[in-house]
Amino acid sequence: MEKLYQEIILDHYRTPHHFGLRDPFDTEVHHVNPTCGDEVTLRVRLDQATAPGDGSAAVTDGIVVSDISYEAMGCSISQASTSVLTDLAIGRPLDDVLSTLDEFTRMVTSRGTVEGDEDVLGDGIAFAGVAKYPARVKCALLGWMAFKDAAVQSVDTMDSAHTGGADTSGTDTSDTDTAADNAGAPVTADQERTSLR
Amino acid sequence: MTDQLELGAVSTGPAAGDLPEVSVVADDELTAARSEPSGPSLDAVDIDRIRADFPILHRTVRDGKPLVYLDSGATSQRPVPVIDAEQEYVTGHNAAVHRGAHQLAEEATDFYESARERIAAFVGVGRSDEVVFTKNATEAINLVAYAFGNATYSTDPAAQRFVLRPGDEILVTEMEHHANLVPWQELCRRTGATLRWIPVTDDFRLDLTDIDELINPRTKVVAFTHQSNVLGTINPVDVLVAAAHRVGALTVLDACQSVPHQQVDLPALGVDFAAFSGHKMLGPSGVGVLYGRYELLAAMPPFLTGGSMIEQVFMDRSTYAAPPARFEAGVPMTSQAVGLGAAVDYLGDLGMAAIAAHEAVLTRYALQELSALPGVRIIGPADTTDRGSAVSFVVDGVHAHDVGQILDDAGVQVRVGHHCAWPLHRRFGIAATVRASFAVYNTLDEVDVLVAAVRDAQRFFGVS
Repeated sequence: MEKLYQEIILDHYRTPHHFGLRDPFDTEVHHVNPTCGDEVTLRVRLDQATAPGDGSAAVTDGIVVSDISYEAMGCSISQASTSVLTDLAIGRPLDDVLSTLDEFTRMVTSRGTVEGDEDVLGDGIAFAGVAKYPARVKCALLGWMAFKDAAVQSVDTMDSAHTGGADTSGTDTSDTDTAADNAGAPVTADQERTSLR
Repeated sequence: MTDQLELGAVSTGPAAGDLPEVSVVADDELTAARSEPSGPSLDAVDIDRIRADFPILHRTVRDGKPLVYLDSGATSQRPVPVIDAEQEYVTGHNAAVHRGAHQLAEEATDFYESARERIAAFVGVGRSDEVVFTKNATEAINLVAYAFGNATYSTDPAAQRFVLRPGDEILVTEMEHHANLVPWQELCRRTGATLRWIPVTDDFRLDLTDIDELINPRTKVVAFTHQSNVLGTINPVDVLVAAAHRVGALTVLDACQSVPHQQVDLPALGVDFAAFSGHKMLGPSGVGVLYGRYELLAAMPPFLTGGSMIEQVFMDRSTYAAPPARFEAGVPMTSQAVGLGAAVDYLGDLGMAAIAAHEAVLTRYALQELSALPGVRIIGPADTTDRGSAVSFVVDGVHAHDVGQILDDAGVQVRVGHHCAWPLHRRFGIAATVRASFAVYNTLDEVDVLVAAVRDAQRFFGVS
């Protein structure tokens, strides 16, 4: 049991980092685990730190994860993994975070065949034990998948703003609020970010 | 509007008050924690013999821990006679039933229909054509909901009694499994009828205070569970059936958690329809049962259509077979039905009264021991009065999923989550519960393992 519930996980569960919903944000998503009812509401704020490349670069090029904030209800694994995610992601380039996310996903879905790279995963390595319990994989990924969803939607919004389009129809679900749809502070932030580009 | 519909106007159900007592056993006082019951329960020797019939109970899990299977509310384990019956059928008699004139087809059909007759008799149904085989109980409830919906488009005058329109009401309860909720939500969406529900009280019973308003002349269907799969609560079928029939509404009983655990006589309960599943009553998965009063089944349009449910087929139209064939389109599950026939034989040989008494002993002991733990709250009635063997609980400070993980490490297999009753959990402001559910093969020692593991979980997460 101690292999699954490493001390790091229990620490993050008892004292989650970056907890609570904050402004400004680009995108808010609400994800649930339908099998157990765990849920997370998660906001992502991205910024264009450096000018995007000449068009040949990936759309995520130069984007930094400025903030992730969340409220969640769930088991220790889902709560702790979301907390660890915020530690690993906030302030880092989006490309790096997405690589970390891929490595984390690869590890926890491997049934124990992938050890995970601690240099990439940091505290995320503590979730290696989850891989042995397939029923808990969804718990470990709940916050991470919410982040991925929110980040992709934010990038889409940034991209359409950059190219002059304003088509957010692909992200306009009842579970999603994008800054473009929101009156108030996030719009100002959005304009500010656009000016950076 | 109501006189057009006449739903359930011809009821053969008995009047309230004539109904048999559905409570599993007299709730005699718990004098000693582990005293044997004085009633017709099974003794330890019986249980040892019964356990010997279930090969899976002798395996280990998680590095050599003896299996403590407390998830029979989700699916039960199968005894050798059930496994053998399926094997005998498949190895010796397999063919497509109700087709072909060869010997194997005849034998297969006999196996299938014999199972239907024994299953019907098991729930007190005298005529086996009131028993329809379905994939599972979920499909059985959907069958009724879709047949009612299809009545809107039927040209058969007999089907008009099932037509639902805006202004009509379907009544469910707040403690329903999703399988007896979502199909009715969908039927309301398709027909414009209104879904209403009976609330649940703080002490985990149906709140019948406003029942005369909730069941009113607009009510066309009353769908409710016999026994909650979360709370264990056994509902007052007689009260609801009487109220429904007073206004001509049809009743649909989810009997998934009652039929496997107590003697149930569906015609005596007076319900119009009932659904239960094979895999929760020591039988195979892939087979469920819809019971319907014949007069209603005979008037209902089909749900699934195709082979073997027809009477005559022309290029542009078809007529339908009489029930139950009308509702069994395609080649049905056969070895599963045969296995379920063997399961009801097995349950019948043990005796449902003895099974109910044994499970009541386990339930009473589990309720006592779990509620004695500080920080553990039972989500369900605190004693065994009108209560079945699903024992759900929360552990303060430890999420149900985490409790379940520690239990699993001790070999204890329980269900965690909302158990397909999300609105009920929301009603009590909890995201998830841990549920231990018992069957005839469980023991008091297994309850002790459960309780010790819950204590371990509290220690592990630092809340004790």
